[in-house]
Amino acid sequence: MLPRFALRYVWCMLVELGHFALILAFGVAIVQMIVPMIGAHRGHAGWMALADPAATTQFLLTAFSFAALTWAFVTSDFSLQLVYQNSHTDKPMIYKITGVWGNHEGSMLLWVLILTLFGASAAWFGGNLPTRLKARVLAVQSSIAVAFFVFILFTSNPFLRLSVPPLNGRDLNPLLQDPGLAFHPPFLYLGYVGLSMAFSFAVAALIEGRVDAAWGRWVRPWTLAAWMFLTVGIALGSWWAYYELGWGGFWFWDPVENASFMPWLIAAALLHSAIVVEKREALKSWTILLAILAFGFSLLGAFIVRSGVLTSVHAFANDPERGMLILLILAFYLGGALTLFAMRAGAMDAKGVFSTVSRESALILNNILLAVSCFVVFIGTIWPLVAEIMFDRTLSVGPPFFDAAFTPFMVALAVVLPLGSIIAWKRGNFDRAGKALGAWLILAVACAGLAYAVQSGNSALGPIGLALGIWVVGGALSDLWMRSGRDGWRERLRRMGRLPRADWGKAVAHMGMGVTIFGVAALLAWEREDIRVADIGDRWSVGQFAFQLDDVQRLQGPNYVTTMADISVWRGEEQVTSLRPEKRFYPVAGMPTTEAAISNGVLRDLYVVIGDPQTNGGWAVRVYIKPFANWIWGGAILMALGGCISLSDRRLRVGAAAPKKMPKAVPAE
Amino acid sequence: MRWLALIVVLLATPVWAVEPGEMLDDPVLEDRARALSQGLRCPVCRNESIDESNATLAKELRIVLRERLVAGDSDREALDYMVARYGEFVLLQPDTRGANLILWLAAPALLIVALGVGWTTIRRKRATPETLTEAEQAELDKIMRS
Repeated sequence: MLPRFALRYVWCMLVELGHFALILAFGVAIVQMIVPMIGAHRGHAGWMALADPAATTQFLLTAFSFAALTWAFVTSDFSLQLVYQNSHTDKPMIYKITGVWGNHEGSMLLWVLILTLFGASAAWFGGNLPTRLKARVLAVQSSIAVAFFVFILFTSNPFLRLSVPPLNGRDLNPLLQDPGLAFHPPFLYLGYVGLSMAFSFAVAALIEGRVDAAWGRWVRPWTLAAWMFLTVGIALGSWWAYYELGWGGFWFWDPVENASFMPWLIAAALLHSAIVVEKREALKSWTILLAILAFGFSLLGAFIVRSGVLTSVHAFANDPERGMLILLILAFYLGGALTLFAMRAGAMDAKGVFSTVSRESALILNNILLAVSCFVVFIGTIWPLVAEIMFDRTLSVGPPFFDAAFTPFMVALAVVLPLGSIIAWKRGNFDRAGKALGAWLILAVACAGLAYAVQSGNSALGPIGLALGIWVVGGALSDLWMRSGRDGWRERLRRMGRLPRADWGKAVAHMGMGVTIFGVAALLAWEREDIRVADIGDRWSVGQFAFQLDDVQRLQGPNYVTTMADISVWRGEEQVTSLRPEKRFYPVAGMPTTEAAISNGVLRDLYVVIGDPQTNGGWAVRVYIKPFANWIWGGAILMALGGCISLSDRRLRVGAAAPKKMPKAVPAE
Repeated sequence: MRWLALIVVLLATPVWAVEPGEMLDDPVLEDRARALSQGLRCPVCRNESIDESNATLAKELRIVLRERLVAGDSDREALDYMVARYGEFVLLQPDTRGANLILWLAAPALLIVALGVGWTTIRRKRATPETLTEAEQAELDKIMRS
């Protein structure tokens, strides 16, 4: 047992120990990058076996380092520059902790932590991988970690001390003091970084020169997990924007959003093409390319966000070091992998043969639509930069462009999806699909017609969204129904419950897609807005609801002051709810925020915002009725849930034996 | 992540997107103004239209835009007026002149190419006779014999 004074000394040193652990982890990563790779090349079993303990050690060291930084935030150790700049003693504990990644340096440490976590998971759960492939995967994964350790230690070190510790911190940006945004980055990073596993598998397979069905089965759970986390992360960000920014927008086509959306689209394509590799051993080289591109877009996203190059070219010039280094990392890994791909992809012979009408063809179409829609987002995102550098034009590419150029792809995808997910592998026909889907098609068109007749105005957006939603959700239900055999409905329902989890996951995720499409279209088409000046006691109606401004008062929060309105909502003579929108001011950060009050409902959200007091009395009040808003995120949750269910399928579970080789290992579920 | 985008904007001034005082009494004109202002970028913000922005300049632009509409400008004329003052930067939907054609046509072109490649892949797959590799043939023989 250490004497008391020594123990206190250790506590003070914790930050330095964390810093030291980070440097050690960097060292371990270098070893893990080189030794197993050479071992796999020369066939030294001992060298290859080093990868496992190295991956675990690397993760534990990084985790310790992250814990030390968290400790500094929790104890408000303002001698640390990062804590001083991003924290404050008055801040609630939860936001002290989330403040760790609410800044550049800390978020990069989180990035590396997750990167090493994925590496370690591959070591822990990759027991069924061939030794050589596993060693190579872990070495490639570690090489990515090396690059980011360099980035952190040399350009974004979170462990820098201040020589004179200030008394208190500068507070975290108030916008970040919110549950939606606090947990948005970790999920996004799990997604971004999760795609590094697909990348490592792709590069390892290229080095090995072999891609087979087993490879498809190994790479899919990682991609699925990453895609799931990305889905949740993007949904959280969008949900946050919806309730926090004060006008209920949920997607802005901002470069930073696009940075997360592009890997999501490519990962979705990769998920589907990996199925073709697994089941039919076709599309191998294309799948490898997608795996490389998916992580490439993750790195591009990191570059866009971290360098600020797309905010303005000048922001990049002000702090070129970080941006340049990420650009170098991007160029090295993407360039290297693509070169390797160009050299080796030809050697990958495809085996599967299929006819024009087949699941394979449908999945090719799915991949084309997803990849090209990702390209739309890509070119729209970088075009202002290209136009400025190459054509000397300062222009903007905003939501109108993306809405016009991106939407058709999603519509096409939704139209094809139910058909493609039902037709058989190898040689299919439309008879079966037509019989199963005909009723849904009629129902979708009829509902769209009805919606068009009932709605005010003549926008086709709402009805089309409704039709697509019914079509996609119905298609997913039919897909399950058709797998349940040909007996009576009771027997079929029973059998549906026992279908493989992968089938359920697929159906649930596809339904989620339909739900989101409908939610987006319905919200955009049928939203109602009312902006007015209201005196206390005023009552006005919007749609079928009446709103009454009852009171406005000023209150003191834990680290802010607020102006809170009391607005009661009525339907006829019956009070539906009462809403309390706020305008907050955070004195330490010197920032105001708008806190909209939302009454969530399945069919509609009531969304109320309070504005400034007017010079001639009264308050500016803004009221929205947002139909089906929650369906947007509900659909995203369904998509993620579908991924989750599919991931729990025995066949995909990492570490589960391949069923073909060991039929006895698969119990009759 | 998104917050980076918003700090700048929200730091600017604590005023409020479209305010009641700015709005026109004529609902038809006001609707046109709203639609147009959703396509105009606030020059001092990050990727926000003047309709959503809280910045003072955005407020001024909303008022200027409404003045133009009241003066009898068509939508096209009002937009041209804004572009003449602030450059094509304010258009959130880039025009189709000059190099911007690349922006608009790149994706459709890629789609056509991709569909072509996809189609040939599918056709080739169909044409390939289904043959077994030597190893597979050996395995098959083994199975058949047993």
